[in-house]
Amino acid sequence: MEFSFALGVGFLTGAGVFLMLRGQTFPVILGLTLLSYAVNLFLFASGRLMINGAAILGTAESYSDPLPQALVLTAIVIGFAMTAFVIILAIRSRTDMGNDQVDGREASLAHGELLDRKQRKEQNR
Amino acid sequence: MMTHLPVLPILIPLIVGALMLIPPFSRITVYRRVLGTLASLLMLAVAVLLLVEVDAQGVHLYAVGEWRPPFGILMVVDRLAAILLVLTSVLVLAVQLYASAGEDEHGPFFQPLLMFQVMGIQGAFLTGDIFNLFVFFEVLLIASYGLIIHGGGKQKTAANVHYVILNLAGSALFLIALGVLYGTFGTLNMADMARIAPTIEGGSLTLARSGALLLVVVFGLKSAMLPLQFWLPKAYSAAPAPVAALFAIMTKVGIYSLWRVHLGIFGEDAGGLANIAQPWIWPLAWLTLLIGMVSVLSSQTLRSLAANLVIVSVGSLLLMVATATHASTSAGLYYLIHSTLTTALIFLIAGLIVSLRGPAEDRFVSARAMPQAGLVGGVFFVTALALIGMPPLSGFIGKVLMMQATLASQSADWIWPPLLLASLAALVALSRAGSTLFWRTRDGKSGNNTVHPLQWGGVYVLMVALVAMVVGAGWLTEFTERAATDLFQGMDTSLLMTGGAE
Repeated sequence: MEFSFALGVGFLTGAGVFLMLRGQTFPVILGLTLLSYAVNLFLFASGRLMINGAAILGTAESYSDPLPQALVLTAIVIGFAMTAFVIILAIRSRTDMGNDQVDGREASLAHGELLDRKQRKEQNR
Repeated sequence: MMTHLPVLPILIPLIVGALMLIPPFSRITVYRRVLGTLASLLMLAVAVLLLVEVDAQGVHLYAVGEWRPPFGILMVVDRLAAILLVLTSVLVLAVQLYASAGEDEHGPFFQPLLMFQVMGIQGAFLTGDIFNLFVFFEVLLIASYGLIIHGGGKQKTAANVHYVILNLAGSALFLIALGVLYGTFGTLNMADMARIAPTIEGGSLTLARSGALLLVVVFGLKSAMLPLQFWLPKAYSAAPAPVAALFAIMTKVGIYSLWRVHLGIFGEDAGGLANIAQPWIWPLAWLTLLIGMVSVLSSQTLRSLAANLVIVSVGSLLLMVATATHASTSAGLYYLIHSTLTTALIFLIAGLIVSLRGPAEDRFVSARAMPQAGLVGGVFFVTALALIGMPPLSGFIGKVLMMQATLASQSADWIWPPLLLASLAALVALSRAGSTLFWRTRDGKSGNNTVHPLQWGGVYVLMVALVAMVVGAGWLTEFTERAATDLFQGMDTSLLMTGGAE
């Protein structure tokens, strides 16, 4: 269980970091969301993983640590609010800047696209 | 009432901020302004009361809902927290007055956001457990996201996108660090962690070390330590003047957290975790100061100059954090208060200059003379003296204290040159800025804009605080020494067993 759990957290983190390094706002937000999922799972595991453990004393033989569950709940709520905000901000930035680049500039577009434009210019000439 | 005093700095802004969102306050700006100003005065009174009480009776604990520590939510008011609460409330009062001159009407929610931001800042200073530090960081951050784009505009949106994304990534790192630390310590209460730290060994030690170092990254991002400082100049110079002035204390929250966590928990007595952050902070602080100097000299507008001065002050403070002696912490605390007040002041003055100079704004180019140049110039001159660190103002005292503190710890060879060079850079940049803004004028009628009396009010509040820092320097330095002692002793862990609610 531990191995598959760790694998899941690792994969989510990797995917999140990869997406966060993109130049457009939408993938970056997706990356942030994935990263926050990974973080929530990780926090949850910090109280040790356990099967059939109740979080209340006296209701089961073994009980699981309730604190990480409370922490995760807090983190999820904050994460939701932040995601909602950053989406609105990205839309606002799309309107203000006229593009969806994190830098707000077309120049930061992929190298290939810049080349395309150069070629088009030359063709026009 | 007195027993509930420690929770008031969080409750007042929360309740007032919420009140401002419902009628009649939500409709009538004047009501909001009056309410906000009253709340700031009340917070100042509470903070001063706490300061006096804590100084007389020692650390004040407040267990929310009487859940005994280490369980439950714990507020801790020691001298360090109390003096920073006073600083925050002075700053808020100034910002509140300044913004009431009209800047708060550029967007609908300035006043409530201001209150929520204050709630986050004061909460971060008060909390006695590291998870609530995260929660209050988020509160202050989400309010600051809204405040930066107050008034709108391309520049602000662009700066805010970077600021928000960077801080969201920072929050994720913070949570990972907390998870690691909880997994190894089994507690998140700061005093309890300090108690357990020396007993951690073996595999847990490696994990705990990585958690502690992750926290350095997080606090480094908040305080704009070198590789993580690139967001700051853009965000601060784009933000409206009162907001930028309030943000002067945000980087200091990062410095405070470094003190609280890396001196308080992972300090001298932490066994395998002792002084884990210092070797990393050392070079980074040095380089932060260096890059701050270079950017100060290359600034083209007063607002970006002010933002880069924030980085310089952060660099100096980080050097004090890295030295980690009793004297350096005390000196650093004095300089922290000084630099918060002066950088806030220079942001407010930059705001005045932008509104007075018309199309030239605060760029260092010749333009028509601004109205009221004498008064604004006088205030600018005094602030510049304080920022550079010239006698007789608090900057001088702060610098001397910091240099004295490092003399004792044998690290003066490394710390004196950058500190002194930073003063030189500030001197060159500020005198160039002042002479261009006020003296290099073209012919032509100056504009009709004047400074609103409330804007002067905000500026004068900070000026008075600055003067008070010089007049009361003797008392204040003794107080910061006692605060540093508090921090080095760590929290009284015996309180954890019995509970501190009574």
